[in-house]
Amino acid sequence: MKTTRIGQLASLAVIGSLVLAGCGSDNTSGSGSSSSPVAVDCFTGTINAEGSSAQKNAIEEAIASYGKACSGAKINYNPTGSGAGIKQFTAGQVDFAGSDSALKTTAADGGQTEAAKAEAYCGAPAWNIPMVTGPIAVAYNLKGVDKLVLTPAVAADIFAGKITAWNDPAIAAVNPGVTLPSTAIKVFFRSDESGTTENFTKYLKAAAGGKWAAEPAKKWTGAGEGKEKSAGVSEGVKSTDGGVTYVEWSYAKDNKLGVAQIDNGGGAVELTGAAVGKAVAAAKQVGTGNDLALKLDYTTKEAGAYPILLVTYEIVCSKGKDATKAKSIKAFLKHFASADVQKSLEGIGYAPLPTEVETKVLAAIDALS
Amino acid sequence: MSTSITGRSVIDELPDPEGRPPLTGDRASTGRWGDRLFGGAATSSGVLVIALVSLVGLFLVIQAVPSLLNNNVNFLTSTEWVPSGAQPRFGIAALLWATVITSVIAMAVAVPLGVAVALFITQYAPPWLSKPAAAIIDLLAAVPSIVYGFWGLNVAGQYFEPVQNFLNTYLGWIPLFKDVGTSAKSTLAFAGLILAIMILPIITAISREVFAQVPTAHKEGALALGATKWEMIRTAVLPFGKPGVISGAMLGLGRALGETLAIMILLSALNPNAAWSWSIFTGGETFASKIALNAGEFDSPQKTGAYIAAGLVLFILTFVVNAIARIVIERRKAFTE
Repeated sequence: MKTTRIGQLASLAVIGSLVLAGCGSDNTSGSGSSSSPVAVDCFTGTINAEGSSAQKNAIEEAIASYGKACSGAKINYNPTGSGAGIKQFTAGQVDFAGSDSALKTTAADGGQTEAAKAEAYCGAPAWNIPMVTGPIAVAYNLKGVDKLVLTPAVAADIFAGKITAWNDPAIAAVNPGVTLPSTAIKVFFRSDESGTTENFTKYLKAAAGGKWAAEPAKKWTGAGEGKEKSAGVSEGVKSTDGGVTYVEWSYAKDNKLGVAQIDNGGGAVELTGAAVGKAVAAAKQVGTGNDLALKLDYTTKEAGAYPILLVTYEIVCSKGKDATKAKSIKAFLKHFASADVQKSLEGIGYAPLPTEVETKVLAAIDALS
Repeated sequence: MSTSITGRSVIDELPDPEGRPPLTGDRASTGRWGDRLFGGAATSSGVLVIALVSLVGLFLVIQAVPSLLNNNVNFLTSTEWVPSGAQPRFGIAALLWATVITSVIAMAVAVPLGVAVALFITQYAPPWLSKPAAAIIDLLAAVPSIVYGFWGLNVAGQYFEPVQNFLNTYLGWIPLFKDVGTSAKSTLAFAGLILAIMILPIITAISREVFAQVPTAHKEGALALGATKWEMIRTAVLPFGKPGVISGAMLGLGRALGETLAIMILLSALNPNAAWSWSIFTGGETFASKIALNAGEFDSPQKTGAYIAAGLVLFILTFVVNAIARIVIERRKAFTE
């Protein structure tokens, strides 16, 4: 009796240490790509941040590599969603917020705007600093078709349920030389409300020239079958011949799904980090000075720019309430925006900031006080 | 001398020759303190649970009412679900249909199967087999529901596809079996089957208990009158066990109605433009799965209230189901005593 007890304890301990070891090695392999020694400004203490779940993996990667260089620093990120992050930030609960969209400058329901609320809390304007760009892939599973080109108009018709077979003349017209099977198109959408849906429908609305009628929203308004979260839609496409969905790039990569090239009018563009960077560089800055709120040009015809993406901002007080805290935030954001870290993000399904935007971002971070 | 560690009490003690008074209290008898403490603990546990359930109900009502007052469509008959914005429109008809139909399918499969398994274990199986078989069925109840969901999605779903195609082809003219193009592993029918597996242990366990209690005199009487084994089961075992089977089925139904994770993983949500269909081969969302799926985006009291109102309907539905089970069990008592 006693020996089995001890045996159980021992095996528990072994399993426990294996699990822990598993976690540990995972973390180090994740940040291994960015472990080259860079001059990092270290701080000691804790920063708390909250917000968008779209940038969760990216910021965790940055936190891991920062923690490696600076052992005394602790950064917590709680991926509760953009809205929740902004709310917590303006209530003074967290030090900075992550958000899929810049602070809104128009009031939603009477009351103060998000930007005004943040300014009131900070005592100085709050800045939107673009940090992570996450491309949205149009992922498909079609036997025998390795390369597929879609124009926004065709994509809108597919996702609205107007085109129902893969050999539809409209698809064939933009894919010369590709033999398309007559498989039925099965659209999968996110059944939960999500920023990915919102950004994808924003793109369709802007670029498809009236083919997408519904207003962009977090809730899906097109055709198809709803699946739970990104994992659900990618599983749906993976197991269905003829399936198609919109999903974060990393999920399409992990599930080895086909990723459609997008032809916005300037030729077909494959989804790569560089192609996304080009689209970010083409975005207009709508914020003033160091407020780098961007307006993406979904209709961009620039050759080699992949237009379907979302940009996650870090929202910070331009003049920190607490000088040491402000310094800490500055040090971490500087690390996050550095070329090395940005480059390491491509491995986990994000795209690095293009050089010209990164320069502006670093300048803005330098101007924080 | 004896202290009461072994359970010996004052009444066991013999008078001591040295003149010590024999009957000293050692608190091993029905001491007043223990009685009071235990009685008090039991009563307060009961009151606590009743209060808890009432407060949950009250919370649901308080949160739901303001949203319901703002609603622009009939809450009970509409299939729309736009809970936020200035003109919220939300109704539970589609949710209620998906919840009820999946549970009905689950019951249609699990009750006959569960009763058959219970009969096998209590009447047919040799003793060396009946105990392990019962234990294995009970083990089904220990599997987390998310595991059933993933198992259904990744393993069992592909085997259901031919079944669905067959029914679509040959019985598709019945609205209930019409093909609407939903993938086989994401339909109400398949979700119902997975639910059936999940509620099987509850129904089996309770049926088994009542079948095992059938008086031997009844069974042997039937056999003595010349009944075959099946006739004996039909005339002696099943009538005796009927109320138990019904209450077991009701408990299973309660679980099926409230199941969340497996359903959320399996069922495809319908897109907002989908036409209404009575088919069991379409997708949908149940009360529990819809609430769980959208819980991360409850950003306004109006929206939260709408979901809570849906939760309230599920609460009432489950309450009614349990009340029916209670009534059945009570009636059973009246007959046996």
